[in-house]
Amino acid sequence: MSAGAQTPSQRSVQTLAPARRRSVARRRVVNQLVTAGAWVAATIGIAVMGWIVVTVVRRGIGAISWSFFTELPPGPGEAGGGLANAIVGTVVITLGAALIGIPVGFFAAVYLAEFGRGGRVATAIRTITNVVLGVPSIIAGMFAFAILVKPLGHYSGLAGSLALAFIMLPVMTRTAEDILNLVPNDLRESALAIGAPRWKATMGVIVRSARGGLITGAILAVVRVSGETAPLLFTALSSPYWLEGLFGPAGYAGGPTANLTKTVYDFATSPYQNWQDLAWGGALLIIVAVLGVNVLARLVFQRGKEWH
Amino acid sequence: MALTMTDVAEGRPTIAPPRVAEVAGGQRTSEEFDELPSKLSVRGLDFFYGEERALCGNSLEIKEHRVTAVIGPSGCGKSTHIRCYNRIYELYRDHKAGGEIWFGGRNILEPGTDLLELRRRIGMIFQKPSPFPMTVFDNIAYGLRLHFKLSKGELADRVEDALRRAALWDEVKHKLKEPGLALSGGQQQRLSIARAIAAEPEVILMDEPCSAIDPVATAKIEELIEQLKSQYTIVIVTHNMQQAARVSEYTAFFYEGYVVEFGPTTQIFENPREKQTEDYITGRFS
Repeated sequence: MSAGAQTPSQRSVQTLAPARRRSVARRRVVNQLVTAGAWVAATIGIAVMGWIVVTVVRRGIGAISWSFFTELPPGPGEAGGGLANAIVGTVVITLGAALIGIPVGFFAAVYLAEFGRGGRVATAIRTITNVVLGVPSIIAGMFAFAILVKPLGHYSGLAGSLALAFIMLPVMTRTAEDILNLVPNDLRESALAIGAPRWKATMGVIVRSARGGLITGAILAVVRVSGETAPLLFTALSSPYWLEGLFGPAGYAGGPTANLTKTVYDFATSPYQNWQDLAWGGALLIIVAVLGVNVLARLVFQRGKEWH
Repeated sequence: MALTMTDVAEGRPTIAPPRVAEVAGGQRTSEEFDELPSKLSVRGLDFFYGEERALCGNSLEIKEHRVTAVIGPSGCGKSTHIRCYNRIYELYRDHKAGGEIWFGGRNILEPGTDLLELRRRIGMIFQKPSPFPMTVFDNIAYGLRLHFKLSKGELADRVEDALRRAALWDEVKHKLKEPGLALSGGQQQRLSIARAIAAEPEVILMDEPCSAIDPVATAKIEELIEQLKSQYTIVIVTHNMQQAARVSEYTAFFYEGYVVEFGPTTQIFENPREKQTEDYITGRFS
């Protein structure tokens, strides 16, 4: 403390000169400018998204018909046909990815949030997860290509699932960890204080308490990968044929597997009008499916909250 | 004013040392106190949150079938102290306890203690009622299933018994299939007590059990404590001195991690031997 400094009690008795008032007019103007700026930015953002959706709906709706969901793609210039094989393929590849990515991601999150809490291993895993979260999705495709396509000598839907699972894993892990961290420690302590072993307290009480959020997180992780194209480019590739079983040259693990995103990519870049129309139809289907699953996830989350 | 490990190791006096830190030896307390068997003997208990020292050489005798109240200002270590009895602090990596807590013929702070059995024998009620995310019935059955092999009928009987002992049965007997979280705050706290009782503990620790519930619910819990002490040994942490005076036979006054004074509740409240105890009880500091 420097010499001559006042103690708090001395300072409080001193009379201060009246403070100059800020300009009310200026504040009003700044307020209006900021409000207008936010409003304009929001409008532009929503307008662009609305534009995309409107365009896709307008151009894609014509392609949607019964045959769109039931028939194989037509040849160039042929009438009719659909993307049925690609729809089936996308569902199978995404389910395969979910079967790998969700359980692994969930248990990784349980480790991070419960068993490894605050430890060095957990910190290392969390850092790696954050890095992987930012890796471009085409790298995931290259990874699956290197470990599955190259050794086996052929493209496959399974390789596509692996690539998608690789993208899904960090999303699932971080989301689930965040959700588990929201469970108050009171509940952890209560479960342990009754004499529950750590794993039972975790699975029976903590996870149960967070299950609405965990299911929502899992659904959103699936949504996150369902629209991916790049990882499928050199894993699942594409196919004009139906998926035939799991193995064998036309099967899920045995050969190239038709899927929506790659088919949209191929058809949209083709010179044929009927293929371009089908590509718009495929794009519309993807948007509607993603929207539908998002709504489902929200409903699950709401129901999960009601229990509490 | 945090004590660190280095301070303690170097014997540096960091706070005014309380004049009586080893009251629990027994020479200052009444004869009845000396004769009663101890359920828990705490000797020289230290506790560290990482580097920060929270408890300094606590010694206490917890008497069987009596209610012991632990009082003191916020941050004095009273919750930290009882959280050592069931080693619940071990959930957190950097929390460490030293010293001895004797229970059932062994020092439970030693490695090799079966924590699941320890926590069955020493139940705990927390400040915030935390029903498990399941039905009222399953909340009670959870502890029972953990520790006992029971038929469906036996399970139902024991759930009812635990709820009756926690004075909750009449209020929830038609709500057994409803979520535990649908009960009121006071009911949730009695549900927590029933859940602890179901595991057939010998000691029940209560960490400010009434601070999150209303006065009517508090009165019910206090009534319940009165009934429970014939079968269980109870240790209750409270910042409510009237509550300590109402429910307990013995009181320990904590200040800055030390047990400043420990003895029969009437003596602590009517005739405290320590200046710090008197100041706290008469409200001169909080």
